[in-house]
Amino acid sequence: MSYNFAYLDEQTKRMIRRAILKGVAIPGYQVPFASREMPMPYGWGTGGVQVSAACLTPDDVFKVIDQGADDTTNAVSIRRFFEKTAGVAVTEKTTEATVIQTRHRIPETPLSADQILVYQVPIPEPLRFLEPRETETRKMHGLEEYGLMHVKLYEDIARHGEIATAYAYPVKVEDRYVMDPSPIPKFDNPKLESPALQLFGAGREQRIYALPPYTKVFSLDFEDYPFDPSKAAHPCALCGAEDSYLDEVIVDDAGGRMFVCSDTDYCASRRETGEAA
Amino acid sequence: MTPLLQVRNIEKRYGVRIGCADVSFDLYPGEVLGIVGESGSGKSTLLNCLAGHLSPDRGEVIFDTRVDGPRDVRQMPEAERRLLSRTDWAFVHQNPRDGLRMRVSAGGNVGERLMAVGARHYGDIRQTAGDWLTKVEIDTARMDDRPSAFSGGMQQRLQIARNLVTGPRLIFMDEPTGGLDVSVQARLLDLLRGLVRRMGLSAIIVTHDLAVVRLLADRLMVMKSGHVVETGLTDQVLDDPQHAYTQLLVSSVLQV
Repeated sequence: MSYNFAYLDEQTKRMIRRAILKGVAIPGYQVPFASREMPMPYGWGTGGVQVSAACLTPDDVFKVIDQGADDTTNAVSIRRFFEKTAGVAVTEKTTEATVIQTRHRIPETPLSADQILVYQVPIPEPLRFLEPRETETRKMHGLEEYGLMHVKLYEDIARHGEIATAYAYPVKVEDRYVMDPSPIPKFDNPKLESPALQLFGAGREQRIYALPPYTKVFSLDFEDYPFDPSKAAHPCALCGAEDSYLDEVIVDDAGGRMFVCSDTDYCASRRETGEAA
Repeated sequence: MTPLLQVRNIEKRYGVRIGCADVSFDLYPGEVLGIVGESGSGKSTLLNCLAGHLSPDRGEVIFDTRVDGPRDVRQMPEAERRLLSRTDWAFVHQNPRDGLRMRVSAGGNVGERLMAVGARHYGDIRQTAGDWLTKVEIDTARMDDRPSAFSGGMQQRLQIARNLVTGPRLIFMDEPTGGLDVSVQARLLDLLRGLVRRMGLSAIIVTHDLAVVRLLADRLMVMKSGHVVETGLTDQVLDDPQHAYTQLLVSSVLQV
């Protein structure tokens, strides 16, 4: 048995491409689309996979990361999925890839204009936990009523003394739509202004949205509590990088821990080229 | 003087049943209008039609806007109407749970309207919220508590603070003292009377409690079966009721 190129049939890919084009035309706007059942459970990147399938061409080089890593279960299985169903070349090198599907990170290596970054999005609606009614949140987006988003940030400061939202930090796109950048750490928020095309797919929620290259992305904040893209105050224990987002790894049962780059390709390539001092 | 609110022939039907019909009145700045009547007389329907929560089948609701003067609220685009309802208008629900965000702290509840109209300075928002909590007699130490930890009377006062923080000119109240015990009711009424007089607010108060309107309202409208049966100055209507239903209503009040 053989699959159609990239698993989905051509009509479905056309439908998804139309949604993507509409998303690109209205940056940050959540476009509904007829999400298909994919051969993986919801929450494993069904939205991202459909967007990737609609973007891939036979000449593409595909890379998948899960929380920055190329070698975790989710990343490996999605990479194999497209190797098998599309026969595309795959890579772990950020610079060599033309389509990168990601879960919860943006690669440390700056992206270029000929790359597409595809995000897996669990909950596309930034106002969901503040206003559960979808009819109401759509109206709020339509009428640009975003005061409620700041109520969440206010509550953070009132309770924790600072904006404690550390991931899925809400952003305003081109001074219009408030968008959930998927659960990337807020450290990655400044990287959302990028030369690459960024596409967001939420499979279960049936929404696609997009950030065209060089789109203005503003992380919401208060005048007296400005946005702070914080990270752990350590260098990477393996490559010594001080500018990358770090994972904390428990190494023994005596409180020992180390901090390592969450972006495995970035860390490995730094060690290869001997930048690790 | 231009009336703040002009209501013309408002009619709302639920199928063949009448919600309210042929209601017209003018409300002048600083005036408090009470609407009384029994359950099912259409007073809440009328209030919801005026406040834009329900769409009336017929009639005009003309509000004297700050910028453009008198305009029919029903003809406004939705964005404008919603902006109006969180700046110049306020709505106090009978059940504070309908008007508050129960999972957001008291300070956040008061600050929401400020943030909705563009306040982006945390310190200032908190300062203003604190001032308003003081005005409605809530200890600022309770500012970061959720309304679910508040008593019914405190919740109702919090709801009032949350509504008044943007300095509205017109406030709609639907049974503001319903469900509160009498001593708490008295305090709330006292507070409301003070705020309304000090801020020069206009208000429309729907209630079935004649004592509430006696204390707060300048003018009174009595409704029965969706129609207004009697209007006049509060004391005049209560002391010398003309319509049979009003006479029944006034004589039904229990004396202690």
